[in-house]
Amino acid sequence: MHDHPHHDNEMDEMTARVRALETILIQKGLVDPKAVDAIIETYEHRVGPRNGAAVVARAWVDPTYADWLHEDANAAIADMGFVGRQGEHMVALFNSPQVHHMVVCTLCSCYPWPVLGLPPTWYKSPAYRSRAVRDPRGVLREFGVHLPEDRPIKVWDSTAEVRYLVIPERPAGTNDLDEAALAGLVTRDSMIGCGLLTAAEKP
Amino acid sequence: MNGPHDVGGRHGFGPIIAEDENLLFHGSWEKRVLGTTLAAASLGYWNIDASRHARESLPPVVYYGSSYYAIWLQALENLLMTAGEVTAEELSSATVAKPGHRVSRKLTEQEVASVLEKGGPTNRPGPAPRFSEGDKVVTRNHQPAAHTRLPGYARGVVGTITASHGPHVFPDTNARFEGENPQPLYTVAFDAKSLFGEDADPTLTVHIEAWEPYLDPA
Repeated sequence: MHDHPHHDNEMDEMTARVRALETILIQKGLVDPKAVDAIIETYEHRVGPRNGAAVVARAWVDPTYADWLHEDANAAIADMGFVGRQGEHMVALFNSPQVHHMVVCTLCSCYPWPVLGLPPTWYKSPAYRSRAVRDPRGVLREFGVHLPEDRPIKVWDSTAEVRYLVIPERPAGTNDLDEAALAGLVTRDSMIGCGLLTAAEKP
Repeated sequence: MNGPHDVGGRHGFGPIIAEDENLLFHGSWEKRVLGTTLAAASLGYWNIDASRHARESLPPVVYYGSSYYAIWLQALENLLMTAGEVTAEELSSATVAKPGHRVSRKLTEQEVASVLEKGGPTNRPGPAPRFSEGDKVVTRNHQPAAHTRLPGYARGVVGTITASHGPHVFPDTNARFEGENPQPLYTVAFDAKSLFGEDADPTLTVHIEAWEPYLDPA
């Protein structure tokens, strides 16, 4: 059986293959494993969709900030401290009763890392990438989102280094909530344009 | 290239599997692929366009049969072999035969935060834009065998410029290490019916970013 050492589990085979590559690169002095750890730590624990939720909540409570975000998303988002890789050229898209925005990268997996972190598996899947541009209403139904049939939809295919953050509509019945509580209502999927928010919804 | 990655508008890829937003990886090996890929980029052998091209150049049967980070891993192995930093024999035997070359460019733990925060802006000085917001344009029937960022579903279609971003690094040349060759970048809006036919959603507008060499006046 030695010719199929990992015959029934892709994870085992992949683990061995990644470990082989990383070990070779470390021994050659080309990669520092502590740098790899620090990159993982950044995107596991520090850079994720709670950043984007803070931007959204601030835009909801502060119309001046919302205007700034609309006019110069790079500066307005940088003002919250969220900058860097895969968020160098930000644009904010405001959902409203007049238009629903939804974001995709049909060619790979472009996604606004500083505000949303790493993209979810579904965002990177051929299923989402193929259908988001042709049938966004059908895609939204799979996420449990049922838009009015006459609601215009704008889909944004991230084919360059411009990165889009969707600002979802503020849910009704949230007038008493402060900015932090509002941020707690904002889901990752809503900031891609694949979710709507309700006051009861928890991320 | 007309590669396996260019899936916009294709049928048959099945349902979308939603996941909890706290689920980022499906195994520790995926984390190591992410971290090793980003760390190895500091060696300077490739740019983001070349790394995308390495992924889309995998044979279609491999691309479609591989998970996302498995695609990343295969592309990273290929990039490092092309760079001459590892060999297929070293990878298959998991042993080092030759020392590394660009050891002085190794990304250190201390540099990680600043490198990630700095990112890689792609706006550059370059030619003045030929088109303005509101202009009608038609995308070229642009089908190079090498890297490009004009999706197949948006070729030869009339659209409207909705934003002008100024000159940005041109992926078609940058991916081949033929220079950044900055070109004016635009957002172009298309009616879904122009892209996907009469049965397309009448309420739908699809936008792409397109560099000026992808466009003609309509």
